[in-house]
Amino acid sequence: MPRPLHMTNAERFWQSGAILIAVLVLFPLLAILWIAMSPTGDVWEHLINTVLPRSLRTTLLLMAGVGFFTTVVGVGTAWLTTMCRFPGQRIFDWALLIPLAVPTYIIAFAYVEVLDYTGPVQSGLRALFGFKTSRDYWFPEIRSLGGAIFVMSAVLYPYVYLTTRASFLVQSASVLDVSRTLGASPWRVFLRIALPLSRPAAAVGVSLALMECLNDIGAVTFFGVKTLTFSVYDTWLNRSSLSGAAQLALAMLLMVFLLLWLERFGRRKQRFDNGNAKQRHPARFTLTGWRAGGAFVLCLLPIALGFLIPASLLADRASRRLDDLWAGPLAGAIWNSLSLATIAAVLTVLLSLSLAYALRLNKTPVLMLGVRLASVGYAIPGTVLAVGILVPMAAFDNFIDAQMKAAFGFGTGLLLLGSGVGLVYAYMVRFLAVSYGQVEGGFGKISTHLDMASRTLGRDASQTLGQIHLPLLRPVLLSALLLTFVDCMKELPATILLRPFNFETLATTVFEAASREAFEEAALPSLAIVIVGLLPVVYLARTSAESFRTKRSSRKRSLAA
Amino acid sequence: MRYTMRAILSAATLAGIASTSAPAFAADEVNIYSYRQPFLIQPLLDAFTAETGVKTNVVFASKGLGERIAAEGENSPADVLLTVDIGRLDGAKQLGVTQPVNSDVVTENIPSQFRDPEGHWVGLTNRARVIYASRDRVDQDSITYEELSDPKWKGRLCTRSGQHVYTIGLIASMVAHHGAEETEEWLAGVRDNLARKPAGNDRAQVKAIYAGECDISLGNTYYMGKMETNDKEPEQKEWAKSVRILFPNSDDRGSHVNLAGIVLTKHAPNKDNAVKLIEFLTSAKAQEIYAETNFEYPVTPGVAVSERVQSWGELKPDSLSLSDIAENRKTASELVDKVGFDDGPAS
Repeated sequence: MPRPLHMTNAERFWQSGAILIAVLVLFPLLAILWIAMSPTGDVWEHLINTVLPRSLRTTLLLMAGVGFFTTVVGVGTAWLTTMCRFPGQRIFDWALLIPLAVPTYIIAFAYVEVLDYTGPVQSGLRALFGFKTSRDYWFPEIRSLGGAIFVMSAVLYPYVYLTTRASFLVQSASVLDVSRTLGASPWRVFLRIALPLSRPAAAVGVSLALMECLNDIGAVTFFGVKTLTFSVYDTWLNRSSLSGAAQLALAMLLMVFLLLWLERFGRRKQRFDNGNAKQRHPARFTLTGWRAGGAFVLCLLPIALGFLIPASLLADRASRRLDDLWAGPLAGAIWNSLSLATIAAVLTVLLSLSLAYALRLNKTPVLMLGVRLASVGYAIPGTVLAVGILVPMAAFDNFIDAQMKAAFGFGTGLLLLGSGVGLVYAYMVRFLAVSYGQVEGGFGKISTHLDMASRTLGRDASQTLGQIHLPLLRPVLLSALLLTFVDCMKELPATILLRPFNFETLATTVFEAASREAFEEAALPSLAIVIVGLLPVVYLARTSAESFRTKRSSRKRSLAA
Repeated sequence: MRYTMRAILSAATLAGIASTSAPAFAADEVNIYSYRQPFLIQPLLDAFTAETGVKTNVVFASKGLGERIAAEGENSPADVLLTVDIGRLDGAKQLGVTQPVNSDVVTENIPSQFRDPEGHWVGLTNRARVIYASRDRVDQDSITYEELSDPKWKGRLCTRSGQHVYTIGLIASMVAHHGAEETEEWLAGVRDNLARKPAGNDRAQVKAIYAGECDISLGNTYYMGKMETNDKEPEQKEWAKSVRILFPNSDDRGSHVNLAGIVLTKHAPNKDNAVKLIEFLTSAKAQEIYAETNFEYPVTPGVAVSERVQSWGELKPDSLSLSDIAENRKTASELVDKVGFDDGPAS
């Protein structure tokens, strides 16, 4: 690696570009910090004495539960689909990603409908056993901490699945094959070799899932689970202290920061790259008999819980009002959602690529800190972040307006906020963490020897990125694009607060219906989010799987030749 | 390069979005930031446009609009802000994003208890927070908020979260009447009577009565109308049939009412149209739409409630001043946390 003191022109370009991006993304965080500075009165006394002990406990339990289940389900299914052969494995390979398209606020609603007194499950039980009212029998309450852990895990495990799957796919086959040659059983290979090697990837996925469950307000409100985020909103809205809310949000952020740092500290001395860039899929374990059946069920279960059950409920409700489908607003909302999410996802991945590459070139402490800070914005409760985004954007708009008025005699009004640009910026700030984690992980897999070889052969930093890294990063970039796109589609709080007049997306349409307690009307747009989100999930998951398959077959061909 | 191409393409699309959605500052428009659902105000806005020819633009959100107006400052496109409760009306005034409405029409239409003394907010409808009682399992025909802490209701009461604005409004009115200490005791008693942990919305509580999980619940009146007239989800009509409405404290101070209203923003770019809209919303014609389609209580004297609303019984509104309620919201919110109301009944 070249030392920072002797940066080439290309390197300087990447370095300054990355700092610019980090600053841009950090603005809203600074705005929240600024809001937090104003006096809060006696908000904290109340928080510390009565709220925090409880909500901290609830939040930690929720995170522990979601962390545990997403890890077990995500890593387990990733291992099964990448390393084993069993009936349905090719389909599960991409189908396991599908629940990702289901927003937490929708799945929470769906499960209440399914498991509620009037839902099919309890109605069935009553018919079966002849119960009259709910007092005649015990049934688990879905509106509870356990229920929240369940629904969140059901739709968040794909983060872990996607990241670990990618890591299993590129894990050096030779390492796994060698361990098998040396007589290790499949279990031993999994536990002693593959699992430790995929730890950074799993950590990225789990931290995304945890940040998402930390900032969630839709599902926890619906279930009455009082997390820290809940208290942030109570402090702001019911006790009229935005500054107190901002302080609490920042305190939560510190918690996330600590968590991420601990994880990184835990593997600070380790390197996870392959040593060589040759990627070859290792031989699969072929499962038969009960093992194949077991693998089948284990992979089907998360898809059923995270997608099939809630989606069929939505489909049932939506089918009652299919006529809405042809109404103008829904088509417009679909277009708005699609175009916004596409633009934001592409830009966000480009930003992540720039940041990650600049850091790979020169690990300057300033940039490292900037990038770390910029990518924890994901954990901030959405509406608070949205207020944080408002401040710098409105300041920018008003500044330009004043300059234009002074220079040309006419104002530009709210240039960015008044248009959709504010939303794109918000998505980039909010979801940088999602794509950055992926891209950074991808770079970590590429041996630095390649960079050195490329540079020795006369390519500068930018050419090396284009000719060496981009082709190798392709699957990672695709999955980053996929995750960010789906997250943008589902995004609610920032979209609601920052959108221009008369502008609706699918998510805001769902929100509008849900806010007047007409959940049945929310079914169709919800289903649309799921389906529109589904298409790229399926497409990208298949391409990334295929890119490995083609690699294998081309290798076979070259061997044959 | 493919990536450059992509960047250019997305920039072009961005510009496209920007140009299609930028609000046109034509003369005959009024820009509305709304905490009220577009669905509920659309009939009113349509009637307004038909009468005046002024076009309406809406952004709807459940929180943060006041902060948005504050951040946007002098260039804020918003002319008015519509809210669902007194807390938000008062909050907008505190944030300094409002200006007084100087209109004789409004002064004439709206009784003074439903207006800010300085004119910074104007009430549009009353919403009463009442008791839904099971037809089969509750015999009494009258009830008070105070008796909700009576042990005879143990395991029989359902409600949404204590931190919801509607519940906060009710608890704030209890604080105004009885003081914080007594209200805390009362709230703890109510918590002990809960049949289950507070969750879900007002309609879900009625469903729980239908299901037999509880016998009484707290809710706003207009949900009854929404359930009774829900043709797409006819099962909700069944839920509505299983309950009747009891108006609490009818024999003394009256039932707690909250106020939905409107403010004029400080830098309203279309101020004349905004005032026109506010005047229209306080007119008998608009108030009738509120009464007929939204099942709410008009604030303009002389406008009758709808027949359906009438069929639920007589509302005697608590005459407590709205600023007293707004003032006690913070205390109410703290009490909810203090007694652990949302943790549900102690098991």
